[in-house]
Formats: sequence, C-alpha cells, structure tokens
Amino acid sequence: MADKRTLLAVIGDEDTATGLLLAGIGQINPSTNEKNFFVYQEGKTTVEQVGEKFDEFTQERKDIAILLINQHVADLIRMKIDAFVDPFPAVLEIPSKDHPYDPEKDSVLKRVKKLFGE
Amino acid sequence: MSGNREQVFPTRMTLGLMKTKLKGANQGYSLLKRKSEALTKRFRDITRRIDDAKQKMGRVMQTAAFSLAEVSYATGENIGYQVQESVSGQSRFKIRARQENVSGVRLPQFECYIDSQINDFKLTGLGRGGQQVQRAKEIYTKAVETLVELASLQTAFIILDDVIKVTNRRVNAIEHVIIPRTENTIAYINSELDELDREEFYRLKKVQEKKQNETKQLDEEMKLKRLAQEKAEAGTSGTAGAGAGASVENDDKTRNLVSTTEDDVIF
Repeated sequence: MADKRTLLAVIGDEDTATGLLLAGIGQINPSTNEKNFFVYQEGKTTVEQVGEKFDEFTQERKDIAILLINQHVADLIRMKIDAFVDPFPAVLEIPSKDHPYDPEKDSVLKRVKKLFGE
Repeated sequence: MSGNREQVFPTRMTLGLMKTKLKGANQGYSLLKRKSEALTKRFRDITRRIDDAKQKMGRVMQTAAFSLAEVSYATGENIGYQVQESVSGQSRFKIRARQENVSGVRLPQFECYIDSQINDFKLTGLGRGGQQVQRAKEIYTKAVETLVELASLQTAFIILDDVIKVTNRRVNAIEHVIIPRTENTIAYINSELDELDREEFYRLKKVQEKKQNETKQLDEEMKLKRLAQEKAEAGTSGTAGAGAGASVENDDKTRNLVSTTEDDVIF
C-alpha cells in the first residue's frame, strides 16, 4: 500500500508552493494534467475549492504519501482535517511566511496534548 | 457472582477445560500487557520527538521563506508563475516508505531521495539572481527533508495511537471480563462437584448403617436360636457336655464377628 505513494503534495499560498516546487516536489501528470500542488490565493480561492482539493489529494489520488498544507489554509477546512485520521497520506501543517506557526491549532499536536491531559 | 459465568455442565472434564482456558487467558493477558507497555514506551518517545520536530520545522521554514524573499529581491520579479509552469511530468523529490517493526506493529518510515537527473528549473533566474535561486533550492530541499521526517513521525503517531487503543481494549477485556468469568465458572463447577461428593458420601453412610443394622439383627436371631438349641441339648445330654458347649458358643461368637466385618466391606 505504501509502496506506490511516492509523492508529496502541497496546498498553500504562492510563496510556500513556489519554494517547495523549487525543491522539486512538483509533478504534473502529462496525460491528465493533474497537478500535485494547489496554490491558494487570498481572497480568490474559496473554502469549497480548498476542501475539494483536500479531498482529491487525500482520497482520490493514491500516489501521495505526504500532504503539506499551510496552517492558515488548514484553518479554513479545520473540520475536514480533524475528521481525517487515516495514516496515509500524512497531513502535515506547515507555517507560511505571513502566518507564524501556532502549535495550539495543529490537529496532531492537539491529539498529543489531549493524550497527556494537558 | 454466579450470574457472571459461562453456561456449562459441571463435570470434571469442563473443569479441566476451564482451567486450561484460565491459564491461556492469564498468559495472553501478560503478553498483551507487555506489548502495550512496549508500544506506549515507543509512543511517548515519538510524541516527544514530534514536539521537537515541530519546533525545528518552524525555524527551518522561516529560513526558507527568507531565502525565497532574497530570490524575489534579486530577480526583481515574482518567479512563482514561472516555477509553477515549468514543473514537469516527473518530480525530482520522491518519497520511499520503509517499514519498521515495533512488537508486531508495522510503522512506516518515509525516506526521501532525489533524482538528480531531473532539473525542471534550468531557466529560472537565468537573467538575474541565479545564485539566490540555487541557494533557495538547497534550503528548501533541506526544509522538505525535515518535513518528511516529521511526517513519518506523525504517521507513526497515528498508527501507534490506534494500535495502543486496540491492545488496551483487549487487555482490559481479558482482565475484567474473561478472567473473572472463567474463575467464576471454575468456582461454580467446584462447588457443584463438592455438593455431589457430599451427597454421595451421605448416601454411602446411609447404606452402611442399614447393612450394619441388618447384620446386627441377624446376629441376635442366630444367638437366640443357638441358645434355644443349646438349652434343648443340655436338657437331653446332662451336665457332661456343658463345658464343651460353652467353648463351642465362644467359637461361634468369633466366627460371627468375622462375618460381620466381612459384611461391612462395601467399597
């Protein structure tokens, strides 16, 4: 199951996406033109679009091992992220340039805190 | 107490079966408990590392964002669009999942490897800021490595969380349901068997008593008969046979005693 998952995917603002693409995580399927990254544009992208992309990356595509998502984008679809508990793909919240990282909001860290009763 | 037991027929065979079951349950309990402890130890280790890694990620991403800012300053334009458009059909950065075994639980461990043949961004920063682009590339590659490490920790965390829950549920089920119930069943079978034993003992006692009474009665009758006979004999043969008669009577008594004891043997 895990063998086929070789890609990273990203949902994030332009700077984050550009940086990660520079590192070389991007891949576009030549036949279907499917991208493994999605650029969130403040004010232009709707919450529904983000939710759709999240569902596509987590459920439809079977070649993604890790999904990186900017924390401020993740906040828009917090319900979906909290409900997503499967081990694959791993959903990882990352900070963005304009929004510093807040460990209190992270779904996984929240679980960690809950387990240790803090 | 007796309400929480298995519906069994109280026989020695079931008792044996129940004892084997209890032994198995105890063994399973100790094994599962140990497994759960090993997993929990691992789990705590991972949670601590996640915390550290998240902090590290914050720093690394900050550095990376700064290097990207340098790029846009050096190139004087936004390279985002150009970068997005030059992504090709194969990614340079790939993930391989290795599996690690922790007491029977397979935890994935992501490993990244870079296909150095692929370079999508040959033209980016060609005019200006090529050095900065190169630097940003390196820094982001390092950042992604940190992220991959964090992701494997996180996946291990989620899987371990589930497995520990299941294991603890099993441990509790054995400890609080299966073992008490089997013990109750064993106690029930034992009490029933004891009851049967007592009944049997009492019955045997009764039979013995009855037989003893019968032989006693028989003895008395025989004695009376013999006495009557002797009296009749004494009347006919005179005083000469009196001494001999007494010895015969003595002899008969011992023989009678022997026969009573013989009758007593029931087992």
